[in-house]
Amino acid sequence: MSTAPSSATATARAAALAPKPTSLRGRRSVLRRLFVLPALVYMALFFGYPLVRNVLMSFQHYTPKTYFTGEAPFNGLDNWRAVFSDELFAHSLWHTAVFTIGSLAGQFTLGLALAVFFSRRFRLSGTIRAVLLLPWLVPMVVSAVVWRRILDQDHGILNSALQALGLTDSGVPWLSSPSVALLSAILVNIWIGIPFNMVILYGGLQEIPRELYEAASLDGASPWRTFRSITLPLLRPVVTVVLVLGFMSTVKILDLILALTSGGPADSTQTLGTVTYQLSFLQLDFGQGAVVGNVLILISAVFAVLYLRANRADFGTGK
Amino acid sequence: MQRPARRTRLIVAAAAALSALGPTGCATTPDPGTVTVLNSATDAAEHDANQEFFDRCAKPLGLRVEQISVPADTVASKALRMASSDSLTDILELDGSELPQFAGTGGLRPLNEIGLNTSGFSDSATSLGSHDGEQYGVARSVNSLALLYNKDMLREAGAEPPATWDELRETAKKLTSGDTYGMAFSASPNADGVYQFLPFFWSGGGDEAQLDNGRGEAALELWKNMLDDKSVSASAVNWNQQDVNDQFVAGRAAMMINGPWQVPVLSEQDEVDWAVATIPVPEAGQDAVPPIGGTVMAVPKNEDGPERERNAAKILNCLNEEENQLAWGERVNNVPTRAAAAGRYAAENPELAPFVDLVATARSRTAQVGTRWPVIQDALAGSFQSVLTGRSEPGAALKRAQSQAADGEK
Repeated sequence: MSTAPSSATATARAAALAPKPTSLRGRRSVLRRLFVLPALVYMALFFGYPLVRNVLMSFQHYTPKTYFTGEAPFNGLDNWRAVFSDELFAHSLWHTAVFTIGSLAGQFTLGLALAVFFSRRFRLSGTIRAVLLLPWLVPMVVSAVVWRRILDQDHGILNSALQALGLTDSGVPWLSSPSVALLSAILVNIWIGIPFNMVILYGGLQEIPRELYEAASLDGASPWRTFRSITLPLLRPVVTVVLVLGFMSTVKILDLILALTSGGPADSTQTLGTVTYQLSFLQLDFGQGAVVGNVLILISAVFAVLYLRANRADFGTGK
Repeated sequence: MQRPARRTRLIVAAAAALSALGPTGCATTPDPGTVTVLNSATDAAEHDANQEFFDRCAKPLGLRVEQISVPADTVASKALRMASSDSLTDILELDGSELPQFAGTGGLRPLNEIGLNTSGFSDSATSLGSHDGEQYGVARSVNSLALLYNKDMLREAGAEPPATWDELRETAKKLTSGDTYGMAFSASPNADGVYQFLPFFWSGGGDEAQLDNGRGEAALELWKNMLDDKSVSASAVNWNQQDVNDQFVAGRAAMMINGPWQVPVLSEQDEVDWAVATIPVPEAGQDAVPPIGGTVMAVPKNEDGPERERNAAKILNCLNEEENQLAWGERVNNVPTRAAAAGRYAAENPELAPFVDLVATARSRTAQVGTRWPVIQDALAGSFQSVLTGRSEPGAALKRAQSQAADGEK
């Protein structure tokens, strides 16, 4: 809003000239509310409306015809029943859980290890840190395409390397076996997620006062003890942020999986995201797609609430 | 055209997920002299080629054609959004398999109502553009699948292009050595894989309306056997049709199933000397039944502007004149749909003649099942994926697929 600052200064000037303190206060409170209004309108338009529509849609028979006629008859719980009775939904829920937990655990552990490693300054640490950011900068779909080649069973370099080391004879069927494909997807996602975790945790580490480490070393604390008693507790707020943000971007994974395996082989990498995509955009049953979308929103919402609570505990009540 | 999966669709689809919910409008200005087209010609050369043909037809009529091109996988959702804001283009070019979804909404004009000349087309092309016995879409050219083979490799192995399934299995085994697999096909769990499975499924007697009719298993067994023989890579379950072509061009597959849209890529390289043969059938002498693919042009209903519908029909009539069809078919390496044009196409492009024969017996994916096709496609993909990965037996896989397809109907 380009007019806001100028009108604010104008009002402030007017307020300075105004003799009555009561009207001044009244005007101020109106003004304050006006400043909130654009944000409220924005939220209602771009978050509230789609959310409500998505919930409504899950109770409607919403098909291509709807777009032409505008008619979307309500069909009660039909969509929900159809989705929940499909065994693919249960499988994809399970895959999503495994994928999310596996990815977060890997990303976080490796990200933290690298952050701690780079917090000791040494030659070229800046350069190496910059190089490690690469996976984050490359578009997800590009990463997936590259990894598809790396993980190719016959000609991928990963299998070639393993064969050269004598670790496997025939090559691991990274993406072509239903029992390995989900693991492969998790590994790729860990690779993609490490930079994000590392950068945020590294930032958090910089905030921890050096004196504490000096004091600990004077007291003769071992590195592990220092990590557990100083680094981890002081890093806690940042850890929460990293994990919750990581959770929300991982649980709705779609692009990586589609480009890597298209949900296969034999549905072994179907997640809630790919099922939504399949229902809404391939089968054009937008009502059923909305059901799965709502489940995803619900899961994310639960964690968002947990996050806000943790945040309040860590940073006080927002005063 | 049955296109190789486009990566971009992923991002766009995610974005579309939100925008589909909101009111989006980009009303086209209804300039009476302009005919608007929604198509997937996002590639500059493809866009220009389309424009050239449109202009050729529009100029004599005193019209102008304006293309709106979006990625192939988003044409349907873009069209739906346009429909909801009453701003659909005058001509809508869709993949043939998507036509029933649109025709079923009642939003398309039956072509005979606006004076479109629909005679002289091949039966397969007519069925590709039809829904419930009414023709809503017209295809200028169509494609199908054939067996493409590496001439040198076959010569060295002393093999002929296989004509039956048994020969296919034997030849593939013979051609497999070292880094090279005898055969490659796409078995990805999406439209690409299903498109490639259909010629085997149908030629064996499989029925998309009744997946567990007891005759589809043979095709699953053939695919599984070839994987077990190690004459097809286990990675085939991840390969889309583009990947299959890449393997073939890299010399890692001696034969492959693919379509004529790969011809430009194949002609540009000079590593592999290739040729086209018909798709092998279960027993000698049978006709192969491959799927027919390609885009169809449809005319959305425009109650406020009947003259716009008529203008669109005039353009379509012109595009489908024999000469124009032939020129277009040669430009995009697809087979013209008028029998006369197809005959000349085969004579002028003998190396692609097998495609012309295949198209004549080819079948539309949606002719029988119409709007249910997306669900059935998914169920079929599930069946070959679970068989190829050893998760289930052919019979059980198709039973499960049929119950999935039936569930999806409700």
